Amino acid sequence: MTLFRSFQRDYVILAIVGAIFCIFPAFTNQFQLSVLILLIYWAYLGTAWNIMGGYAGQFSFGHAAFFGIGAYTSTVLFVNYDISPWIGMMVGAGFAATFGAFMGFLTFRFGVKGHFFALATFAFAEMLRLIAQDLDFIGSSIGLSLPIIGGDSWRYMLFEDSPVNYYWVILLFLVVGTAISIWIYHSKIGYYLQALREDEEAASALGINVLRYKVLAVAISAALTALGGSFFAQRFTFIDPSLVFGVAVSIEILLRPIFGGSGTIWGPLVGAIVLTPLEEFTRAFVRKPPEFLSFIQGRSGVDVMLFGVIVIIVVIYMPDGLVGTFPTWVERLRKRVRGDNGRATQEATP
Amino acid sequence: MLWKRYRGWFIGSFIVLSLMGILIYNQVDWRACLEADAEGFFPVCVAENAVTWYDRYDVVVKQAAVSGLLIGGVYGLVALGLTMIFGVLEIINFAHGAMMTIGLYVTFVLYDSLGIDPYLGMVITVPLLFALGLITYRVVIHPARNAPHHNQLLLTLGLSLLIENVLLLAFTATPRSIRLPYGRGETSIFGLFEVDFPLRPFGATLQFPQLMAFVGALVVTGILYLILQRSDLGRAIRATSQDREGAAIVGINTNWINMVTFGIGTACVGAAAALVLPFFRAEPTAGNIFNITAFVIVVLGGMGNALGALLGGLIIGLTQEMSLIFFPGSSKLIGVFAIFILVLLFRPQGLLGKANS
Amino acid sequence: MSLLTVSNVTKRFGGLVAVDNVSLTIEEGEVLGLIGPNGAGKTTLFNAISGTHIPEEGDITFDGRTLIGMQPHEVCQLGLARTFQIVKPFAALNVVDNVKVGAFLRNRNARDAEAKAREIVDFVGLSDHAERPAKNLTTSGRKRLELARALATEPRLMLLDEVMAGLTPTESRQIVQVIKQIKDHYHLTLLVIEHVMQAIMTLSDRVAVLHHGQLIAIDNPQKIASDSAVIEAYLGKEFEFAND
Repeated sequence: MTLFRSFQRDYVILAIVGAIFCIFPAFTNQFQLSVLILLIYWAYLGTAWNIMGGYAGQFSFGHAAFFGIGAYTSTVLFVNYDISPWIGMMVGAGFAATFGAFMGFLTFRFGVKGHFFALATFAFAEMLRLIAQDLDFIGSSIGLSLPIIGGDSWRYMLFEDSPVNYYWVILLFLVVGTAISIWIYHSKIGYYLQALREDEEAASALGINVLRYKVLAVAISAALTALGGSFFAQRFTFIDPSLVFGVAVSIEILLRPIFGGSGTIWGPLVGAIVLTPLEEFTRAFVRKPPEFLSFIQGRSGVDVMLFGVIVIIVVIYMPDGLVGTFPTWVERLRKRVRGDNGRATQEATP
Repeated sequence: MLWKRYRGWFIGSFIVLSLMGILIYNQVDWRACLEADAEGFFPVCVAENAVTWYDRYDVVVKQAAVSGLLIGGVYGLVALGLTMIFGVLEIINFAHGAMMTIGLYVTFVLYDSLGIDPYLGMVITVPLLFALGLITYRVVIHPARNAPHHNQLLLTLGLSLLIENVLLLAFTATPRSIRLPYGRGETSIFGLFEVDFPLRPFGATLQFPQLMAFVGALVVTGILYLILQRSDLGRAIRATSQDREGAAIVGINTNWINMVTFGIGTACVGAAAALVLPFFRAEPTAGNIFNITAFVIVVLGGMGNALGALLGGLIIGLTQEMSLIFFPGSSKLIGVFAIFILVLLFRPQGLLGKANS
Repeated sequence: MSLLTVSNVTKRFGGLVAVDNVSLTIEEGEVLGLIGPNGAGKTTLFNAISGTHIPEEGDITFDGRTLIGMQPHEVCQLGLARTFQIVKPFAALNVVDNVKVGAFLRNRNARDAEAKAREIVDFVGLSDHAERPAKNLTTSGRKRLELARALATEPRLMLLDEVMAGLTPTESRQIVQVIKQIKDHYHLTLLVIEHVMQAIMTLSDRVAVLHHGQLIAIDNPQKIASDSAVIEAYLGKEFEFAND
């Protein structure tokens, strides 16, 4: 398995994937490009989630909290103070990291392992949403619209004439995010996170400060996710509490990694590659449903409903995700092909 | 030494003093006391202004207190269901609020299409939701009982999303509400005596639906309490909640208890939904507020602790309604949020800790 | 100065006194065996030393520094590593990666940690399984992994908790050899809990005996084997003599 774990191999894969994605804009049309933007966007967010939920095993049910903090911070700074979103998103990332660290510290300190944290992640996201609905200075439930500037601006990350620039921005995010993920995976941090995921007591006995590393994972994941929130605001030029703090966002963020395989580097990307066309198909289906289902035409909620179903199916039938279950399928296939010549998985005494 | 003995008192007084301070800061005209022409010593001046404020706004405060307690009863019922599910199944049911939404729609449809009174209709709503809970457990939750913990929670989250959007599909986002034909003005209670609504205890306004909701919640909670304390089923549930393995060893079918408890928890929100619809509205996201407050209550009261859920319900109900007095111009949930953080910071096991259900 | 000094340590769990006023010292380079009937307080003493439990009374110093109040990871960072009676491998990682986790304590660089991990994996005899998932190891393999992982943190003192539990006599003998080699090659001091008398007598320079939380004897193995108090403590209890 060392072959499968070297730094170099993964960076090479990243370079290849990046190069392939660079080619797409040359021959895709507007619509296909927007779908690809979504694909990369969700892959990026999934990668961010994966650092905390996959590597460290601290499953977050409320990543929308970080997403929304990023979206609102950069937007408010932009709309009210004319600060470039590039800077605003860094500020948002800082807020999100602090918020995440605080939440992590509060919930990891004591107690019923896992329960508090899971509940807290969900609760914090919901509370932020409900509070944002009431706060006037950020637009309350009406939301915030980003200004129309007519044309393209790199300074303001708004590209009304050439949406392809959004593609480049999000691709940059994905490449950088994945690079960070790869680096973490193979480094001391990554090993420590995986160790505490597997067995906290054993990890502690090996000198790992479990609390510190858990909080670190949350902070990194939160910061990266917030950047994605800022991108969302820039791309879709409108945010409101439900759009950015809602449960749907939290689920969509974690859907790709758990489908593709949480705890693996490429799981989120694989998940995005498989699920995004599915999402698109559903949307098209709702726009033009067949005769007997005509009542769902134009109704909202079908695509989100689909995610609920996918979650349920994955949890019950495919808990390790595609990339996670893949080695097991390969192993089973190999056994069948080889005819299982008594090669035991339990080895004799070494 | 002194600290350890009277720790509770110190913290309690600190909280009360802080609250008073916040209240005075936000509502009382203390600035006037800083002016050159202010009368008397600063604290005396502030105290006088505080009294003036209360003279003018006492109704508001009393109203908030009354409303808070009333809704707190319902919150307690919802939280009770959630904490029972946690105590026995050891999962946090993220779909709890969504079940409540289903209950709201069921009550609405019964009233709107069949003219069935929401309170009387509880004989249909509650068993229906109970059955729904049983089915949900059997079909969705039971298959994943050996999955890693976080996957089980994810399951309930996916379920909540599914339910919310199916309802959105079926009923659209338009809020539905009902208006009871009785309960305003002169109302006769079981033909025995007449009560004039709205009531005005201490100057606050108390409407019939809110009062009914509180009384109904108390009744349902009481029934549940009797079941838990006096019946064999209740004993089995409490046993499983305290020690799963021990319960299994003495012959309790813990899988079956899981299912029944999930059913009961769902029935609780069904009852709460029927009680609440007359002054609330049915829409796909209606359950969210109850969901989140239930979570905070469960943490506040102690996860798995039934009495804690009820007590916590009242506290959170009060907090919610009084929030705007302490923090005008912000959200009703600021106070709830603050309590959540404070509990996590200082007393994560909750006020009463995990005890018998 | 002794490497580890335990002074009048008492640990209570509610009304139960698990460790009762125990004092002992361990010199650098020696192997101290810790025996006693089940429930005598051996693992509790371990846990007090490694930081998992905080004793109600007494002090524990390592190289002069007090360990009381330290968290387990801090204790490990000081140079005190422990193994667990019920082994806890990192199931999702392979053998080398398991050991690497330990190696990262003193080797920040991934390459150095990998090198160190492989060196130790070879030393304990797990080279054939280096790339395999830890969960596929046999009990004997897992015990070696547990040793290897703790060793990778480059400790000065290792606490071994019933390493031989669940092993056949042959496997026990093999692991005793491994432990001896580890001790000599890496210049370790060992505190070993064991029930297998043969192993303890072979490994230890001195043996301490706990009974009902109290230290009833501490001496060289031969004297302990014939001590009347020790024999009485074991009366009615069968212990293994790994018969050759």
